[in-house]
Amino acid sequence: MKTIRIGAGSGFGGDRIEPAVELAEKGALDYLVFECLAERTIALAQQARLQDPNAGYDRLLDERMRAVLPVCRRSHVRIVSNMGAANPAAAAQAIASIGRDLGYAGLKIAYVLGDDVLGQVRETSPALTDGPGAFADIADRAISANAYLGVAPIVEALAGGADVVITGRVGDPALFMAPLAHEFGWREDDWERLGRGALIGHLLECGSQLTGGYFADPGVKDVADLARLGFPLAEVDADGGALFSKVEGSGGELSLRTCKEQLLYEVHDPARYIQPDVVADFTSARFEQVGPNRVRLSGGGGSPRTDSLKVTIGHHDGFIGEGQISYAGAGAEARARLALAIVEERLRMLGVAVSELRLDVIGVDSVYRGPRPDAEVLDVRARVAGRTASLQDAQRIGREVEAVWINGPAGGGGATWSARQVVAAASALLPRSLIAPTVHWLEA
Amino acid sequence: MRLRELAHARAGDKGDISNIAVIAYEPGDYAFLVEHVTAERVKAFFAGVVHGDVARYELPGLGALNFVMTGALGGGVTRSLALDPHGKSLSGALLELELPARQNRMPTP
Repeated sequence: MKTIRIGAGSGFGGDRIEPAVELAEKGALDYLVFECLAERTIALAQQARLQDPNAGYDRLLDERMRAVLPVCRRSHVRIVSNMGAANPAAAAQAIASIGRDLGYAGLKIAYVLGDDVLGQVRETSPALTDGPGAFADIADRAISANAYLGVAPIVEALAGGADVVITGRVGDPALFMAPLAHEFGWREDDWERLGRGALIGHLLECGSQLTGGYFADPGVKDVADLARLGFPLAEVDADGGALFSKVEGSGGELSLRTCKEQLLYEVHDPARYIQPDVVADFTSARFEQVGPNRVRLSGGGGSPRTDSLKVTIGHHDGFIGEGQISYAGAGAEARARLALAIVEERLRMLGVAVSELRLDVIGVDSVYRGPRPDAEVLDVRARVAGRTASLQDAQRIGREVEAVWINGPAGGGGATWSARQVVAAASALLPRSLIAPTVHWLEA
Repeated sequence: MRLRELAHARAGDKGDISNIAVIAYEPGDYAFLVEHVTAERVKAFFAGVVHGDVARYELPGLGALNFVMTGALGGGVTRSLALDPHGKSLSGALLELELPARQNRMPTP
């Protein structure tokens, strides 16, 4: 039975590159997929593109492609990635240029457009799905709007012989489903196989989160050789069964417990995982450990896709000012709390317009809001973060934290602060009929 | 007994929603988790962090529970004032949940 081997070359835009090269070298891959877009990445990339029309794609694209293209070229591994971000055309140009540099004349690069739906969103002003209101309420602050595309344009690119396919926003699992749909000729209404493909893509899209990353807990969940943590690959059959593994010599762990954790990662209702091509059902999935670092997946299914596609809207949302300062030794927490109270009072005295203020003692309650530590904590940082309408007010928050150094409690040190403009993400749904993906070609 | 002795957990984020998967190390402990790690208990445990509802999805085939908590990420990952805007660390926090002592625990073969 024909099988296809797909590797995960990254789990986020800033991911490590060496394990992707290792996977391409040793994995006997047919495809290497790089998933690189977080929720607001495209909005940030769009801002870069507005400054420079040739910018707006993944900042590690050049380094990544130069590292993996030679081995992928040698071993006939095709690359699929959403590194195009806000500018897939410029990303494709950059890859063509790298291909010429490396002497790969004839390297075929396809890029997908059509995910940018800011025009359609401006015309129709859809309701926002993660809060009250509609697009019109944030229209004057909008930066970008991108629909999650499905497999169709990527399948078209692969059928056309692309060595590299570059997209902007697509459903993350679709990057992995597309090579499967292409190789096995899955029909666009084969909900069961598409659902299984979505599950396989979901398990792979975060890279090392399947192979022991984001997992280790010393003494409870020990993982071998994490410094050499390897990325996963799946060998998939025509019915959507899969064998997950990682290459010899790589560190990490691929086991029932890592697979179960990743199956539910960022999932809400596991019976209805909504993707552009299918509503996947993960509840019938079963894992079997068939060897060291080898796990077989069976089951999974799907039901018909929805009539609309999800759109992520990037928009400006005010400013955040933040500052931190350390205290240590006996009474450290009390001095940190005094520092926080002083800063809060000074901001009030100054009339700084802060719509939301957060006061933390790092080491006690900054991320962990569970029970208090049993013993006194002797090494803490006071942290102030506040939301403002202006950059000036955000900077004022940071400066007041810095000033508490010599105008506050004893022994404060290591003050740092920052102020930044917030680029936030909102969501909406857009009818499929308004979205028309297209495929374009370049050669090195 | 703490939840950490029976289960492991992973947190994920989407907008202002955090989900935490709680997975039994031993399949035989799943029913105990279903009984004692309820949506109500998780909501109470995260009082002050989670401002919306907590829904629980059961996956007996995997020995897992999935808690979906709305209003849990300070207004959303992209605009939160929190030091950990993704709420990644909430999984470790939840494993501190206190459970009744487990009687006659049978190891799963």
